Amino acid sequence: MVKNVIEVDGLTKVFNKGFVAVDHVSFSVEEGEIFGFLGPNGAGKTTTINMLTTVLKPTEGRASVLGYDVVRQASMVRKVIGVVPQEYTADEDLTGYENIMLCADLYGIPKDVAKKRALELLELVELTPFKDKRVETYSGGMRRRLELACGLINTPKVLFLDEPTLGLDVQTRAAIWDYIRKLKEEYNMTLFMTTHYMEEADALCDRIAIIDHGKIIAIGSPSELKGSLGGDVITISIKEDVDVSELIRNIDNVKDVKKDNGSYRIKAESGEVTAPIIIDVLRRKGYTITKLSLEKPTLNEVYLEYTGKSMRDAEESREAFVSHRITLRRARSK
Amino acid sequence: MSEYRPNILRGLSALTIRELKKWAKEPIILLMAILQPIIWMGLLGKAMNLNAIFSVNSLSNVNIPDIKIPEYGITISGTLIKQRLLEVFENIGTNVMQNFFGVTDYFSYMSVGMISMIVMFTTMFSGMSMVWDRRLGFLDKVLSTPVPRSAIIFSKVLNAALRSMFQATIILALAAILGLKISPTFSPMNLLGIYAAIFLLSVGLSSLFLALALRSTRHEVQMAVVNLINMPLMFASNIFFPTSMMPEWLQAIANVNPVSYLTDAIRQLTIFPLNSSTLVIDFVYLGVFAIILSAIGITLSWRYLTR
Ligand SMILES: Nc1ncnc2c1ncn2[C@@H]1O[C@H](COP(=O)(O)OP(=O)(O)OP(=O)(O)O)[C@@H](O)[C@H]1O
Ligand SMILES: [Mg+2]
Repeated sequence: MVKNVIEVDGLTKVFNKGFVAVDHVSFSVEEGEIFGFLGPNGAGKTTTINMLTTVLKPTEGRASVLGYDVVRQASMVRKVIGVVPQEYTADEDLTGYENIMLCADLYGIPKDVAKKRALELLELVELTPFKDKRVETYSGGMRRRLELACGLINTPKVLFLDEPTLGLDVQTRAAIWDYIRKLKEEYNMTLFMTTHYMEEADALCDRIAIIDHGKIIAIGSPSELKGSLGGDVITISIKEDVDVSELIRNIDNVKDVKKDNGSYRIKAESGEVTAPIIIDVLRRKGYTITKLSLEKPTLNEVYLEYTGKSMRDAEESREAFVSHRITLRRARSK
Repeated sequence: MSEYRPNILRGLSALTIRELKKWAKEPIILLMAILQPIIWMGLLGKAMNLNAIFSVNSLSNVNIPDIKIPEYGITISGTLIKQRLLEVFENIGTNVMQNFFGVTDYFSYMSVGMISMIVMFTTMFSGMSMVWDRRLGFLDKVLSTPVPRSAIIFSKVLNAALRSMFQATIILALAAILGLKISPTFSPMNLLGIYAAIFLLSVGLSSLFLALALRSTRHEVQMAVVNLINMPLMFASNIFFPTSMMPEWLQAIANVNPVSYLTDAIRQLTIFPLNSSTLVIDFVYLGVFAIILSAIGITLSWRYLTR
């Protein structure tokens, strides 16, 4: 039986100055699912994660993780979850290994078990050669991998990942996701994550919620979300100078046709099936097709559709924002 | 899986060891911390030597001529008079010191006060480190683990106490080298009492500074608060002068100031002849202070550590 691991009902956070960061958000996450939170900067993703991980108190509404209320049974929640925060939280004055062991101590993991797991995790995130170096000397990517290792030390049932792969190179990202998928299968771990790599969300998440200004504006599986945009876009050009719009419009699955400078923009469901049919129909009528392209809608377009912001803008400002924060951190250690 | 039991001792020791490691990795901090009291000791402690005013040296250039009383055929040697005067002078100095300070030299008096000072300066950093932990996100990470909240506060308190005790040892050793006059009632067992007293004041003061820092994210604010509190704690106390020499209103403050009780306790245990009844009062006061403030600190941490 599938049960809900995370249940959120009307969750709201109002900060001191009356600013509503999360606004009556409701959703649920099933066991073994990878659930993604997408949204532009300041949408309230981190605030939501902070409430689910008991770091912040909700102003209103309820949330539970594995049936434990995040306010009243906070300590039970903390035992069963792992957290990989958006910010670097490791202690810079300690080594990577010391940081992981510190986490293990905070969870009360027996020393021998902890040592073994710590070394395994360091190996996994490829930090073994640096394990006895101070975190201060780590690069951004190394720090993030260390955070990940810390979040996994207690083999949590639910893992919260706040932009876990931000700033990682493609290789490391792939390695980390392979491992997380494996963990998920082995332990039936449930994952709640935010990411701004749309391809990643698309490939990994079973379901996605798009959040903007503290509200969930769309929720569903990646294919549902993409489907909601009205299907794929087929662009076609023919040599003959006649209008074939009506002909195409009558084909099954085609939803909309626009003629545009001698080419036709066709919105259709399951483009890969519909395109050959269109070709057939046109050929049979004796037209010569000169160009054809098929575009499947990406989450990027979904994101744009719902938030009105292009992912690229958000991405750039985010990278700038993160690097600014890192600069601040570094400044204090000088 | 993941049915581990977080326990307070494990968490407490892990967090305390973290703090101590950070400390050990930065010996310059330790050096700076003990440098200040050492400078005070060297400058004020040695310069403000009331004894010297009444000492042999201050009369050394004075020549007293022989006094002749021809009617009786008596001649009183000037040197003899001078010698007598010197004796009296020396007693005056010693008496003044003994009456007001309880010891014969100011250096001994104030170098013990420096131990209280280092406790104050060390404990105020526990609040600062809390602010830093919040700023750097470390606190959020710790808060998302099941470690008992009280372990987070206690680790800072314990760290402050251990640091204070360590630094006090250095100050005490240096003072001994520089000429601390130890009372005949001193025994090595007294050291335990000294550590206990330092522990109690450190617990109380660091709980206070931590409670003030629980919600704070700005170290500038924390710094200002600490400075504001530290000055009166330092000067409205018996660190530099006996409270009996102060105007009454200042005396009133000094007499409730827990720093005075620590200073008195350590003086009793080192340079003063031991007076067990006042020593007991000192310890009771410090103990009550520690218990009340740590209780307040923990209660507030349950409420306010999570924003
Ligand atoms: N402690 C705080 N006090 C006041 N406002 C806050 C606080 N923390 C966050 N906010 C505000 O709440 C909003 C949501 O912040 P949050 O960190 O949840 O965004 P996010 O979706 O995680 O953004 P990002 O993608 O940049 O990480 C932002 O507008 C932010 O300014
Ligand atoms: Mg965020």
